[in-house]
Order: sequence, then C-alpha cells, then structure tokens
Amino acid sequence: MSWKKARTTTKWVLKAGTAFSMLTADELKKLESKANFIRQDIIKMLLEAGSGHSAGALGMADVFAALYFHILNHDPKNPNWSERDRLILSNGHICPVRYAAMAHAGYFPVSELKTLRKLGSRLQGHPHRTSLPGVETTSGPLGSGLSQATGLALAGRIDKASWQVVCLMSDGEQDEGNTWEGAMLAGKYKLHNLTALLDRNNIQIDGFTEDVMPLNDLKAKYEAFNWHVIEIDGHNIQEIVNAFAKAKTILDKPTIIIANTIPGKGVSFMENKYEWHGKPPNKEEAEKALEELRKYDK
Amino acid sequence: MINKNAFLNPKLFDSDIEQIPSRNGYGDGLVLAGEENEQVVALCADLTESTRTQAFAEKFPQRFVEVGVAEQNLATVAAGMALGEKIPFISSYATFSPGRNWEQIRTTICYNDVPVKIIGSHAGLSVGPDGATHQALEDIALMRSLPNMIVISPTDSIEAKKATIAMARIPQPCYIRLSRDKIPVVTTEQTPFEIGKAEVFYEGNDAAIVATGQMVHEAILAAKELESHNISVRVINCHTIKPLDNQTIIKAAEECGAIVTVEEHQITGGLGGAVAEVLSQNFPVPLKIIGVEDQFGESGEPNELLEKFGLTKEAIIKAVTQVLRMKGK
Repeated sequence: MSWKKARTTTKWVLKAGTAFSMLTADELKKLESKANFIRQDIIKMLLEAGSGHSAGALGMADVFAALYFHILNHDPKNPNWSERDRLILSNGHICPVRYAAMAHAGYFPVSELKTLRKLGSRLQGHPHRTSLPGVETTSGPLGSGLSQATGLALAGRIDKASWQVVCLMSDGEQDEGNTWEGAMLAGKYKLHNLTALLDRNNIQIDGFTEDVMPLNDLKAKYEAFNWHVIEIDGHNIQEIVNAFAKAKTILDKPTIIIANTIPGKGVSFMENKYEWHGKPPNKEEAEKALEELRKYDK
Repeated sequence: MINKNAFLNPKLFDSDIEQIPSRNGYGDGLVLAGEENEQVVALCADLTESTRTQAFAEKFPQRFVEVGVAEQNLATVAAGMALGEKIPFISSYATFSPGRNWEQIRTTICYNDVPVKIIGSHAGLSVGPDGATHQALEDIALMRSLPNMIVISPTDSIEAKKATIAMARIPQPCYIRLSRDKIPVVTTEQTPFEIGKAEVFYEGNDAAIVATGQMVHEAILAAKELESHNISVRVINCHTIKPLDNQTIIKAAEECGAIVTVEEHQITGGLGGAVAEVLSQNFPVPLKIIGVEDQFGESGEPNELLEKFGLTKEAIIKAVTQVLRMKGK
C-alpha cells in the first residue's frame, strides 16, 4: 500500500479555522515505533560504516517517521511519481535517518542500509540524487537546500502543481548567507507550497550554536522575512503532524516549523552532546545504544 | 584563405564591419528558446537589462524570476527549478556567476546533473572602464574543471544566439561566456554551429591558430596578413572549450605542425591549457598560448586593454613566427 492512500484514512478536525490531523492511538503508536526502529538502524548503519553523523540523525527520527509514514504524499514503489511531495534535505550529513526511513517505507531493502558509505553503494556519505531514486537533490555543503526548495516551489507554482515542497534544515546552517537569500526569495514570492522545518538542536561541529555563532531569535528573523513560523517539540509526533497540517492552511506565505529537538535523542550518553555531531559509535557504544533503544520497542 | 563553407561575414576585412556585443545575441536567442520550449525559464540577479535578459522577462513574465543581488541564490534556486523540470537560464556578470557561486554550481548543478544554463556576461578584459573587479579572466578555468559541464565561448552575437538555442535543447549543465563590448560580427546565419564542433574559418597548413571569443576575428586578420608573406595559417573557431573538439585540434597539429592558441582569459586553465592537454598526450607540436599572463586587468578602453595585455593581431603574428621557428621552418 502506498502512503498516499494511507493518509486519506486520517481523521481531519476543523477547529477555529485551523485543520488538525488528529492521530488515533494506534497511528501514534505505529509512528513512534517506526521512529524507534529508524533510530536503531541509524546506530547499526553508523557502526558498520565506521564514520558519519550520529546526533543530528537520531534527533530527527521522529520528524522523518512522521513525514515518511504519515505526512508526505509519496509512493515508494514509484519514486518519480509526478504528483509526489518533494522532500529536500538541506543538511545532507544526517542522511542515515533519511536512508533508514526510506528503507522502512519500502524504497529499497532494509538490508542495503549496511552499505552506507561503502564503495559502490547507492547510500553515499552525503546523499546524491542520481545514485538513489527518491533522493530529490544532492546535499551536504550547507546552506543551499532552502534555495533549491524555493526553486522547486517556484516551478510547482508555474505549473499550478498540487504537490508540496518540504525542506529540512539544521540550525547550524543558518550561519550560511545562502540560507537567508533563499528565505528572502521565498518570502518575496509568498510560496505557500513550501514548508521548511528547522532542526533546532542547538549544536554544530565546534560546539553549541549560541557559542559558535549566536542565532538569537529565529522566529523573529523568519517572520521579518515574511514567513509564517510555528514552534513545536520535534519529538512529539502529534505536534509534528499538526504543524504540517497547519502549514497547508497558510496561503499567503511560506511556513517554517522550528522543531526543538534533542541531538542524540534516545541514546542517553549522546543526548545534547555536540561531541556526537560528527562521529559514529564504536561496537561497545553501539550495543549500549541499541540496548537502550530496544526498551522502547512497541 | 577563407573557408567558403563557413559562410563568414563578407565584410570581414572591412573597417565598417558590424559590431555587436555577444550578450545581445544571447538575449535574442533566449526569447527564441522560450518560444520553442515553455519549460525555459530565466533568472537574473539585478542585471536584467545589461545581461540582455530583459526581452525574455517582458515576453514571459510568469517564467522570469528576479532574485536580487544574490548569485549563490541565483544558482541554487535555478537548480531547484531544474529539479522541477524547468530549463533555467541564469545570468549575471561572469566574475559573480560563475565566480562567486562556484561551489553551488559544482554541487547543486553539476553533481546533481540538472540542465541549468549559466550565462556569464562581461567576460574578458573588454569590459573596459569598470576595471579588474568586473573583468572575468578565470571563468573558463572554473567551469572547465567541473564534470558534466559544457563550456561555450561564442565568437560573436550570431553565434551566441545559436549557442543559446542549442543549449536549451540539451539536458546538460552549460556555461556560456559573453562580451559586454561591441565586437565584430564574424559569422552569418548560414555559418555552421554545433556544440562541441570547432570550425575551420581560414584554411592553411603552415601553422594553426586555435582561437575563441572575439579573438577569432583578430586571428583571421593575422592569418590574412601572414598570407601576404607567403605563410599559410589555419584559423579554428573553438567556440566549445569543453568538450574540446580533439579531432579537429589533433588534425591541425598533424597537418600544420605548429599551433598558437588565443583567448581573452588567463593562460592558466583556459583554452590554451585545454589544447595543450590534448596535444601533449596525442600529437605534441610547438605551441604558444596567448592570453593574460597571471595578472589582473585594469580600467581602460577595451582596445587599449587588449593592446596592453597583448591580445592583438600583432601579438598573434609574432607567436606564429615563433612556433614556425620552433617547428624548424
């Protein structure tokens, strides 16, 4: 079954002009379970690869579970389906979470995850469009995803397309001037078919974001660029679902969801530690991490 | 003598030969490409008139995007539009695009392998009074090093128009460099043009000049003058620098035995370098590379600058006599 069909079973509740997509208890449990399996696969992939980024990938597992198993209109068996929603991952280094979500959704066998970063693999260290169907763009160098998502949304608008563009970004890449160039253009053209989600996990390679380069009030900044801003708990799947539903009702500007997340979420010794931004677990650490995560299996 | 099959401008050697900036040909070609294919879109970074994108913007306002003074955005928004099935043409001055936004071009256009067409106007010294900040002399090197990228340097406005239309029809990323200044119209509508195919404009067998951009005209003038001294020189219009027409270049080396290249660009990494890479590995012959010698330009009138930096008919003649000496004639 493709996820485009699954979504139509969700109950929509209209309330004071806003649409909420209330998850049933079963749906919520299923999505949380998907997120947990994605986290376990992230750990296994990174251990096998011997390099890669742990913290950001784990922190975004709930967002990816919600996107791939509830929010996005897509068809894993037909990755180039013309009506699919386009998901641009700007901070390509967290790709293990995307690969794990894609494998569980049925884009490719879960067993292929262990090829991450290996010679000849479709799962490049940073995602590459022409290597793996379903990856909308090549990314890794930071700060260029929002502009590409803006371009895609402009193309969609010219064609009067019904598909949506979703752009996932890190907070660290808000340091990049290119990000703000994209934000300015999307605001100028009032691209309501574009929804960005900013992973506000407060870390980057050299330390905490507010020490490396203070980002200050991101909500006020995006509002000043003519964006609608929603702040959520990035680990609360109902809030994630609600935010994307709400974004669809904002028709005069693009929406950005600032998702507050915990880097390394689910693995106690990685949580909130910027040292885990760019390194993989060793065998012992991986076993410990998996042991913790399995406790949440449902 | 002139290759009659090239159907060059009959006024080639007249003092009143038409002079038109090659950017004008781009502007005309872009409108034609837009009429031919509705997926063609144009983006500009606050230089719509001077890059000659204006006519397209007026004719197809829904397919034109003004990104403001933001060349990194210019490249990445275009990459996104190409992901959405569009064929974006992005224009700015060559020092800014592809100068400032090289990494964005590398990753989001070339590695992504999407059909964005990059127009670098105001290339070369002949930008003139604006000075070195605006005189792109490194753009060929920047673009030539990127996998998937096609690099075109048209000799005049008519060829720029043909190149623009041809670029819209192929799925690869392309870069085209254009002149700000009025330059002689060397070709006609009948002159053959095919991306990747260099054309012999002047026939000869003692030496060959491989030229690009407005230097093709100077090369033809040099060849004509050398002819009066019984030196027969072949002039090759090398409008496509990548992929280089290896066959035509190697054939010239085999038949002429000495080569001079000439371009309005740094010697490092330009046309001369590309020709040297091919010849040294296939058919080494004496070679002289005429270009800017590892320095920046400066303010001045275009002709004064070309004179000062040695990009003239006289410099070409001197280089030809040098390679002939090296060859042992």
